[in-house]
Amino acid sequence: MLSSADLDTLLLTFKVAGIATTIMLLVGTPLAWWLSRTHSVWKGPINAIVALPLVLPPTVLGFYLLVLMGPSGVIGQFTNWLGLGSLAFTFYGLVVGSVLYSMPFVVQPLQTAFAMIDKQSLEAAATLRASPLDSFFSVVLPLAKPGFITAAILGFTHTVGEFGVVLMIGGNIPNKTRVVSVQIYNHVEALEYNDAHWLAGCLLLFSFTVLLVLYTLFKSPPLAQPFK
Amino acid sequence: MILGKCLVIFEGFKKEIHLFKQISSHFCLLFLLSVSQSSFSATTLVAVAANFNKPMSEIVAVFEKATGHSANLSFGSTGKFVSQMENGAPFEILLAADEKSPEKLIQDGFAVSGSQFIYALGKLALWSATPGYVDNQGKILNSGGFKHLALADPKLAPYGVAAIDVLYTLKLQDKLQPLIVQGESIAQAYQFISSGNAELGFVALSQVFDNGKITSGSAWIIPAELHAPIKQTAVLLNKGTENPAAIALLAYLKSATALEIIQKYGYDLAQQ
Repeated sequence: MLSSADLDTLLLTFKVAGIATTIMLLVGTPLAWWLSRTHSVWKGPINAIVALPLVLPPTVLGFYLLVLMGPSGVIGQFTNWLGLGSLAFTFYGLVVGSVLYSMPFVVQPLQTAFAMIDKQSLEAAATLRASPLDSFFSVVLPLAKPGFITAAILGFTHTVGEFGVVLMIGGNIPNKTRVVSVQIYNHVEALEYNDAHWLAGCLLLFSFTVLLVLYTLFKSPPLAQPFK
Repeated sequence: MILGKCLVIFEGFKKEIHLFKQISSHFCLLFLLSVSQSSFSATTLVAVAANFNKPMSEIVAVFEKATGHSANLSFGSTGKFVSQMENGAPFEILLAADEKSPEKLIQDGFAVSGSQFIYALGKLALWSATPGYVDNQGKILNSGGFKHLALADPKLAPYGVAAIDVLYTLKLQDKLQPLIVQGESIAQAYQFISSGNAELGFVALSQVFDNGKITSGSAWIIPAELHAPIKQTAVLLNKGTENPAAIALLAYLKSATALEIIQKYGYDLAQQ
């Protein structure tokens, strides 16, 4: 069975993923909108930066974060200046790492969804005197709904599965940074296969259920071509 | 005219081709020689507890020159290696940071009974990357003023067990427990401290020690009586029994040259 320590890691993981996904949707929506509409020369570079974690080994990201969050790193000096102390080994350190790590999984589906909304529906809304914000909520949001659902699910599940970054900046502290992927790793390394099986089984079931719901919900699965 | 030039060039080519043939036949000879030599010099794959990284790299460099054999080293936590070996990892030697792991491998039928021996007695250090931060009696553990105390995961790394031992002996376990951050091996504990993310922590002395001196920052070399001895034990795995390089390397670990290197990094030697 799942021990209470194992349950704690599951709850903590969902908490990190929930908060990170909310932040990613809030930041990712305007970013994806801009990327889908702009012809600026910055489109290429920004796109590349957002997509970097897709191809970058998580340990590279984790290593840079560890160095940057340290007392002589840029992020560390900034958070110290704010009076927050260092982000390494903290819950919010993990949230920051997750946001950077999973951002492309949120931005890219949104960007694809926004790009498919044609100019005419927006122009129609404008001729009806809808303000840009108004037309965003009454036109763009409903049309891009599958994109938002895909983005939220991919962002959340990808954060749940995060390992390399957490290993580098987490410090394995119960109820703060000991997330489920690290707990499974430690169980396996300590030859506690029974515990590892229970947790791994939970994650497998979770991932399958999420995908099942997603593919049942949409006739044409948004996951089939999430990235373009 | 042009045709003539071409011919001249072609003649030149012919010469070069001839030369090339000669050279390549020499290379073939060399290649054959090296192949025949390699039946005498073999390569062994060694799993090394992370704390023994520096001395082992140095020992292997000398070993390769002296014997012609070579060794590929993997560094990690002892616990991790045991789990990998019990699942078919191709390692031929384990240099563990404890005595129990080799025993377990022997019991479970993965390592050769009787091949194990203590190659070093580990020493622990309380270390900070900041000079002058850790006093030479470790009083800072009592006085506090730090946010994070790094150590290796006691579930996976014998040096983590020793660190927890020290906290219990000093009766600081309850007070310092909330400040502990765990690296998955002693190498990661070191990395947490050296990057400044943890103000101080327990590392293997060998990680911060060379030729009788602390190499950087400040440290308290922890007296051996504060924790159970770290009996770093080597063992030959079943996979290495046929490999002359594995057998030679285990023997070389007991040579005077190797023992000198081991001591240089602050380890004690087991009484033979």
